[in-house]
Amino acid sequence: MEFIDLIRKPWPWYVAGPLIGLTVPTLLLIGNKSFGISSSLRHLCAACLPANIPFFQYNWKKEIWNLFFVAGTVLGGFLATHFLENPDAFQLSAATVTDLKALGIRDFSGLMPADLFDTVNLFTLKGLVFFVFGGFLVGFGTRWAGGCTSGHAIMGLSNLQWPSLIATCCFMVGGFTMTHLILPHLMKLF
Amino acid sequence: MGFDALLKIMQNTVSPDALVCDAPNDMKKTESGLANLKYLVVGILFGIVFVKAEIISWFRIQEMFRLQSFHMYGVIGSAVVVGMVSVWLIKRFDIKTLSGERVEFHPKTFNKGQIYGGLLFGLGWAITGACPGPLFAQIGSGYMVVIATLLSAVAGTWVYGYLREKLPH
Repeated sequence: MEFIDLIRKPWPWYVAGPLIGLTVPTLLLIGNKSFGISSSLRHLCAACLPANIPFFQYNWKKEIWNLFFVAGTVLGGFLATHFLENPDAFQLSAATVTDLKALGIRDFSGLMPADLFDTVNLFTLKGLVFFVFGGFLVGFGTRWAGGCTSGHAIMGLSNLQWPSLIATCCFMVGGFTMTHLILPHLMKLF
Repeated sequence: MGFDALLKIMQNTVSPDALVCDAPNDMKKTESGLANLKYLVVGILFGIVFVKAEIISWFRIQEMFRLQSFHMYGVIGSAVVVGMVSVWLIKRFDIKTLSGERVEFHPKTFNKGQIYGGLLFGLGWAITGACPGPLFAQIGSGYMVVIATLLSAVAGTWVYGYLREKLPH
């Protein structure tokens, strides 16, 4: 099989995980930078609307590398989707399909459910919950926790920081709670 | 008023850790605008991995929180192992950065925010199907509606900054 055909297929965890892990030493060694993505959201606040809030009074220009990094992530997402497109249909575990069908999800063709992540839902109750409320929790929660999956779960655990282990456990507890206890009720709203 | 008293007032009005961000840039030398393209390239590779391993998928996050697939646990687990070994090697052999500097690490101090904020982020993670990194890659993949999620995440960060002094830490 040609190399290009091979990399078009979905990458297994044992390829993707180590590559993501290598981001840690790469950033440290090319410029003494600690891996952490949610900080980019703070830099955007500091750059666009600091509003005299002490939390946003720092030299964000010194941290501009982080904004280059996330701009690259957007670009990488574009390149992978348009030039390395998976030729096969998206495979989801049968148990998840059954569970999500019971919640009212109908479309399993893409990486994201078209039932939810469509621009037609933007100004509806669905949009308010999945984009506005969900996004707000991500931004507010990660900053209160002092990091996200990259800064705590990957960078923090790599550096054996126990507060990062606590944060990571709380991320998981929150996720399980939403999936099993709250999401079934949210989905009944639509 | 003595210098110590003044210092105390300053410390009370602006918490010292607010003046630097959580993962500050530790490079001593200043980098030119062009040098930042290095980080753009690392970001591009990172975004490609996110899409190709389907980490940006809302469905994969649901699988993870329903314990119906090992994929996401494998990705995060092996990323942590590779990260740990790398950090250990850098410390053990005192490996220097490209510009010859010593690599800086940031010990994290515990505060209650890691619990409260961590739980809130977890709730949001299962709704949006994305942590901050995948949000950017989802937008690049053409899910334009996620721009709304990202703007709301920026708003959430701003509101946290605004309320910070009143929240338990």
